[in-house]
Amino acid sequence: MLFQLFYSFLKIGLFTFGGGYAMIPLIEREVITNKKWIAESEFLELLTVAQSAPGPISLNTSVFVGYKMRGYAGALAAISGVVLPSFVIILLVAIFFSDIRHNPVVDAAFRAMRPAVVALIVAPVVGLARGMRPWLVAVSAATALAVWWLGISPVYLLIAGAAAGLLWSAYTVRKEGGR
Amino acid sequence: MIYLQLFISYLKIGFFGFGGGYAMLSLIHNEIVEQHGWLTPAEFADIVAISQITPGPIAINSATYIGYSVAGFWGSVVATVAVCLPALTIMMLVTKFFLKLRNNVYVHGAVEGMKPMVIGMIAAAALLLMFPADKSEASFVDGWSWAFFGACLAGSYFKVNPILMILLSAAAGILVYYVF
Repeated sequence: MLFQLFYSFLKIGLFTFGGGYAMIPLIEREVITNKKWIAESEFLELLTVAQSAPGPISLNTSVFVGYKMRGYAGALAAISGVVLPSFVIILLVAIFFSDIRHNPVVDAAFRAMRPAVVALIVAPVVGLARGMRPWLVAVSAATALAVWWLGISPVYLLIAGAAAGLLWSAYTVRKEGGR
Repeated sequence: MIYLQLFISYLKIGFFGFGGGYAMLSLIHNEIVEQHGWLTPAEFADIVAISQITPGPIAINSATYIGYSVAGFWGSVVATVAVCLPALTIMMLVTKFFLKLRNNVYVHGAVEGMKPMVIGMIAAAALLLMFPADKSEASFVDGWSWAFFGACLAGSYFKVNPILMILLSAAAGILVYYVF
């Protein structure tokens, strides 16, 4: 069982390029359709939690499934499986990349890849900001400026955001309780 | 003590890694480029590009890569384990108290409160790569850069596979900057 968890998540880790949402169908097929470890409805709830909790979705999902199946050992087996492929591949890249980094062909490729990567990062921002209230968009813009221009650590801004959200829910609870 | 510094930095990145890979970029940038100077902005842009075309989340990829370049093999092990620890412990707690936490109004409030910050962090990651403090480290060097940027932005709009876009950009870059 532990090995199965490890092996299933090894496969998931090996084939999730670009991270995040791209891997959701893969997890679905392996964990729900093939292995029947968790139910479809449970998976949807898990996704909401995995997105809200810190850390990459693939890691969070692996811990959830592993822990449900076999407790601590299961969680460890699943997370090791999902991490191992990227660890090995990036280690190889790190060992050899510095040797080829200044090769003119590699340099030409990377010069074009950098602006391409920026485009991939910019793309979701527009979609995410579209459904938001104007003053929340202003908060996002202020956050972006604080991190980029002033070099403020996002950690403080995240704490401030969480605190504001907590206060807001406390306020709402009290208002509704008083009625 | 370099291992301890790596461990603490990546523990922080793992613990505050809300909102997925792109949002974590500005956190990683702040910790690795600005506070410790372990990577130059251009090297940071390279590792982001590499992690787009290799499997696994950017948090893990950057941990392994930076750990190795700062302190060799054990550095990469320390950083990778550190970045996983928060996800491991927090998700085990979440799983245990899943039903209770799911509808908790305070947990919901805190998560909602962080959302605008997360979007801002993604925007900041893009800005940091486009306009770094040190101009010589910029990701945009000429008109071609903007052409690649525009093409990939259009590609994302039409849901072209991101790996394909990165690989096509690499090929185009070799044509534009090396062959011609």
